[in-house]
Amino acid sequence: MTVVGGGLVGAAIAYGAARMGMHVCVLDQGDTAFRASRGNFGLVWVQSKGHRSPRYARWSRDAVKLWPALQKELLELTGIDAGLRQPGGFWLGFSDAEMRARFELLEGLDRQVGEIPFRMMDRSELQEYLPETGPTVAGGSFCPLDGHANPLMLLHGLHAALRLKGAEVITGIDIEQVRYDPGNAGFDVIASDGQRWKSERLVLAAGLGNAHLARQVGLHVPVTSTRGQVLITERLKPFLNYPTNKIRQTGDGTVQVGSTSEDVGLDDGTTTDKIEWLARRAVATFPVLARARLVRAWGALRPLTPDGLPIYQASVSCPGAYVATSHSGVSLAAAHSFVIGPWTCGYIERPPEFDVFLGDRFLDPNASFSHDH
Amino acid sequence: MSDTVADLVIIGCGPAGMAAACEARALNLSVILLDEQATIGGQIYRSIESAPAERLHVLGHDYASGRSLASEFRNSGVRYLGGAVVWNVSSDGTVDYVASGRSEKVMGKHVLLASGAMERPFPISGWTLPGVMGAGAAQILLKGSGALPNGPVVLAGCGPLLYLLAWQYLRAGATIRALVDTTAVSDYLRAARHVAGALRGWRDLVKGVKLLGALRFPAIRVFFGCSELSVEGERRVEGLSFKHRGRPVRVPASLLLLHQGVVPNTQLTWSIGSAHRWDRDQLCWQPVTDAWGRLGESPIYVAGDSRAIVGAQASAVQGRLAALAVGERLGVVTDFARRAAPLERQLKRHASIRPFLDALYRPKNGNRIPQANGTVVCRCEEVTAGQIRRCVELGCRGPNQTKAFSRCGMGPCQGRFCGLTVTEIIAQARGVEPCDVGYYRIRPPIKPVMLGDFVQ
Amino acid sequence: MQAFLMITEPLFAIPRSSELETVTITFEGESLTVPAGVSVAAALLVGGVRDFRSSAVGQAPRAPYCMMGVCFECLVEIDGVPARQSCIVTVQDGMEVRRQVGAASLDYVSFGKRS
Repeated sequence: MTVVGGGLVGAAIAYGAARMGMHVCVLDQGDTAFRASRGNFGLVWVQSKGHRSPRYARWSRDAVKLWPALQKELLELTGIDAGLRQPGGFWLGFSDAEMRARFELLEGLDRQVGEIPFRMMDRSELQEYLPETGPTVAGGSFCPLDGHANPLMLLHGLHAALRLKGAEVITGIDIEQVRYDPGNAGFDVIASDGQRWKSERLVLAAGLGNAHLARQVGLHVPVTSTRGQVLITERLKPFLNYPTNKIRQTGDGTVQVGSTSEDVGLDDGTTTDKIEWLARRAVATFPVLARARLVRAWGALRPLTPDGLPIYQASVSCPGAYVATSHSGVSLAAAHSFVIGPWTCGYIERPPEFDVFLGDRFLDPNASFSHDH
Repeated sequence: MSDTVADLVIIGCGPAGMAAACEARALNLSVILLDEQATIGGQIYRSIESAPAERLHVLGHDYASGRSLASEFRNSGVRYLGGAVVWNVSSDGTVDYVASGRSEKVMGKHVLLASGAMERPFPISGWTLPGVMGAGAAQILLKGSGALPNGPVVLAGCGPLLYLLAWQYLRAGATIRALVDTTAVSDYLRAARHVAGALRGWRDLVKGVKLLGALRFPAIRVFFGCSELSVEGERRVEGLSFKHRGRPVRVPASLLLLHQGVVPNTQLTWSIGSAHRWDRDQLCWQPVTDAWGRLGESPIYVAGDSRAIVGAQASAVQGRLAALAVGERLGVVTDFARRAAPLERQLKRHASIRPFLDALYRPKNGNRIPQANGTVVCRCEEVTAGQIRRCVELGCRGPNQTKAFSRCGMGPCQGRFCGLTVTEIIAQARGVEPCDVGYYRIRPPIKPVMLGDFVQ
Repeated sequence: MQAFLMITEPLFAIPRSSELETVTITFEGESLTVPAGVSVAAALLVGGVRDFRSSAVGQAPRAPYCMMGVCFECLVEIDGVPARQSCIVTVQDGMEVRRQVGAASLDYVSFGKRS
């Protein structure tokens, strides 16, 4: 099996295949590639996911429940701590109107999907969990299933695990072409420098690159980029014990402040106006952050589908080819390893009710789409 | 003319910045100069205005000559903002900085980056122990406060600054226990190819020879051709061990000053996204500019040691040339070639001895690229050489993936102190050149800024 | 009982001069008379401080290396504000300086002028 893309999605799927005994070759780009994985905020999140798609809500919920097994497996196999902490997580609201809308959304989700518990909290209850909450915060919603992990350590762990399971990982590769070769058992994968690989199975997990490659195996994957800018502070002594949707304190003590959603094409730069905006929002949420030093800001391009939901599809015209696209490479990592991986190997059936994740849904001329970013 | 908009915004108050400010003001351009320090002079002319007579004598003529430039700067009518920490420069000429706890902006029709050089890191085993400092740091202490080592000091490494410091210490009566010189016979042989250039720059050569001569008498214990340097100590430096003529030597030390040259401070130029080249003689990155220091098609110029190591005198000349180039673009200079010609001749003169010095004092591979896996490379995040090599084994081809996997470069120094080492370790491990490996992606803020400084 | 001496024989000294002005600061509560107008880092070095901080990851003792604001080893707590680059801050009379132990804390009371 060849996996095109060694980011969070590709590495997780490849690991899922390799641990089941499939011989896997992962082809990854070089040092300065766009790498959405480097821009992932790191939440392992359920609440409010899939409020327009019950199937996605279930997929997210199940993925989060599988995460501890992935954390444990990677730690035992490689010694690398992917940093999973699941104390529950908060969404914070800044007005009564926001709080009401939030309640309706979460209540609807729990009713429709089930097993997605949540609790609304007013300011005073919130402050028992997040004592540093500032006066402009009206309240929040809490979901005990939520948590966070370290995206970079997860990626590092997956790559180390891939090696240990006998997978080949080749870096510095830009794949231009994928060709179905039915007479010759499978697929030719061709890089821009002329190198070629052959395999029976092919998984496209190339993020923004998926659109162009998927077309070549009969799949429709309309991904576009949305830039997210994130701030990160110096290491700080622990003071935030729960992740929140926009601000979390990592295991290293740094505080991450996210994030923007900008339509700027393929520009992953940072801008001073957004840095200032994110900083002000952080200080408004937790005033004590006024004293934290900003050490890094970065921008990364999220590969987003028009409705913000993943695309998981097996090609019909080129059997053995699959595409996987999702911007939630951390939250869904365990599902990618333990479900998508084996599925693309042909070891398990396609997961139930997966039609909602077909790329073909975007071909419907009568449908319209929007996403939350 | 407004307070926050100028024809030229200069960052850095060393010789390049000050000379550029003077030249631009003489052309009647509006100039704003920002510098992080509280006093003018940058590093090389640190505390130049307040140095008492005895200190000027100790430090020598080159330092003292900075006083006339400082005085010219003070009289130039430049708008000088000290204690201003620049955290971003945009390619449209906006400069964001923090002063007095607030983030502010100035706008330049042109911007000149003159942030100078920094000491090359010296990543040997034990170099993070308290009591180990750069020779440049000790010189800053001398210039800034007149402070001398309180006991016998050990100097180690190579390069003009190391010998200059030893000479200054002798003049001041400090005790030098040993000078552990890593310069070897092979360095002299390599440098010999550039002797013609050295002779053209005979003034500098004579200065250097005189200085070195003074170091031999009275006897400082000098060990030549040393290798395998390693700092010993538990919670602070206790000694330096090394190989000398094939035999192991250990010199006790509670203060150890390391030096192997200075390198351009490229944080700003990288953050703007400018192209850089790897210079194989100076073993460092240099921003790619035109002859006057301009970065591509932008209104941003670079002058002085942050463009390439050229020394204080040449830095000042580059500053003046950049100011003239800006003046020409603004239409106030119509005879650029005539004005530039004498400055270009001066630059040529100063540059003559460079290839000789670069060859003679080329920092040793072993002192730039630690072989011992336990040596700390990223001081902030305590990442070792071994961890970096393991990242390369996992497929990391450059410093950015290595940073993602190991956290090297993620600390407050933002890769300043580990960047060169990381690039070179990766290059060596992959068997390619540093220019094939690249450098960290540097982004604003290029110095840490308190989040509260953004709040009105 | 201290595991190691905080203030010991200084690594640097300033030759006696009748014009030398001094200021008095405290380091970890102990009084130090140091030259006026120098950086806090210089003042501490001359005052006999050997390690300025313990590192965030491995709690290793650290002290200034570059003295020019590039290496971030000289971080200390000044007048309640943590993790300040002492080589860039000018020493003032009455400053209270403490070692920076590991990561900066956010719950502090800052006192004195923020310089």
